[in-house]
Amino acid sequence: MSSTLDAAADAPPLARPRSRTDLFVSFTLLALQGFGGVLAVVQRELVENKRWMTREEFVEEWAVAQIMPGPNVVNLSIALGSRYFGFTGALAAVAGLIACPLLVLLALALIYARFSSDAHMVGAVRGMGAVAAGLITATGLKLMPALRKNVLGVPLSAALGAASFVAIAWFKLPLLWVLLAVGGCGCVLAFRKLA
Amino acid sequence: MNPIVLNAGDWLSLLAHYLSLSMLCVGGAITTAPDMHRFLVEEKAWLTDPQFSASISIAQAAPGPNVLFTALMGWNVGLNAGSLWTALLGMLLCLGGIMLPSSVVVYLSSQWSHRNRDLRAVRAFKQGMAPVVIALLVSTGWILTTANGYALKNWPTWAVVAVSTLVVWKTRVHLLWLLGAGAILGWMGWV
Repeated sequence: MSSTLDAAADAPPLARPRSRTDLFVSFTLLALQGFGGVLAVVQRELVENKRWMTREEFVEEWAVAQIMPGPNVVNLSIALGSRYFGFTGALAAVAGLIACPLLVLLALALIYARFSSDAHMVGAVRGMGAVAAGLITATGLKLMPALRKNVLGVPLSAALGAASFVAIAWFKLPLLWVLLAVGGCGCVLAFRKLA
Repeated sequence: MNPIVLNAGDWLSLLAHYLSLSMLCVGGAITTAPDMHRFLVEEKAWLTDPQFSASISIAQAAPGPNVLFTALMGWNVGLNAGSLWTALLGMLLCLGGIMLPSSVVVYLSSQWSHRNRDLRAVRAFKQGMAPVVIALLVSTGWILTTANGYALKNWPTWAVVAVSTLVVWKTRVHLLWLLGAGAILGWMGWV
């Protein structure tokens, strides 16, 4: 079941999806748990529970999914699905991500039309939003240790990360610029260090 | 709102608009929402302003990837155009349009980058971007937390965010319990 029994003998070997159905079902289940964004659930399910990838691999795949055009969790599922089962694997993962949540969403839209002015309902949605903000923040914090193995080293990684945070959270600069400018610097520095 | 009439050309331009936005949504489909607003609400008047906002907020509250808000926009355009069938058509065109071009590009490039994962440039790209994308997650959390400004009266929201951050970070409590707790706090009007 494992393909990457390598030098990292201290870590147990990685698992992998058994079939396209396994991919489809896994992505359906994690998508249905993803309120306010799926990323936190993807990280917990695929890295911590199913162990299909390491924290470091997850950060790398996420970097690619983020910089590529398109919805980024969809991009991540395409990358993952195609890695195991090629084109049909990508289809299975994306279909799992989209199909059931779409039905739930339509049902909710029909219900919401009736209750949208109810103060309790609005409050419940706001409360879930606050928790979702915490999920995203915690996912970022949990991935930080992956930077210890980064070729940039901890001080440089911290500086680049802090610069991105200030640019986006504080100055509200457009994401694309930050990715190109700060991310670009990071890539050039990493390229030189890898020599 | 009054029913609107969409001919074949209008449906095509709806699809074309979402196809063209697909390659522009770097960092999440939500970044192109302002342009969808310009097109659907201001230019074409296919959606009302409240319908547009509701499409986004319902999708945020529902499980699943955020990109599904585009499906809801198409659904509402179709409902305005008359029937459940046109609603289904609108949903397919918008969601399909926003996903198709970028997905093809991502599929091809992820195949390529996985085959060439030992290439120095590929490794440099992934390693160099890592600190930035991790910081992005924390930034997103920060922006969501402070969406109502920095006024001190927002402290209950901040407290909920802080507690849920700590619990998710340090424990393995199931995420649905936390979301349920948040929903109850909000329902009671405490957050």
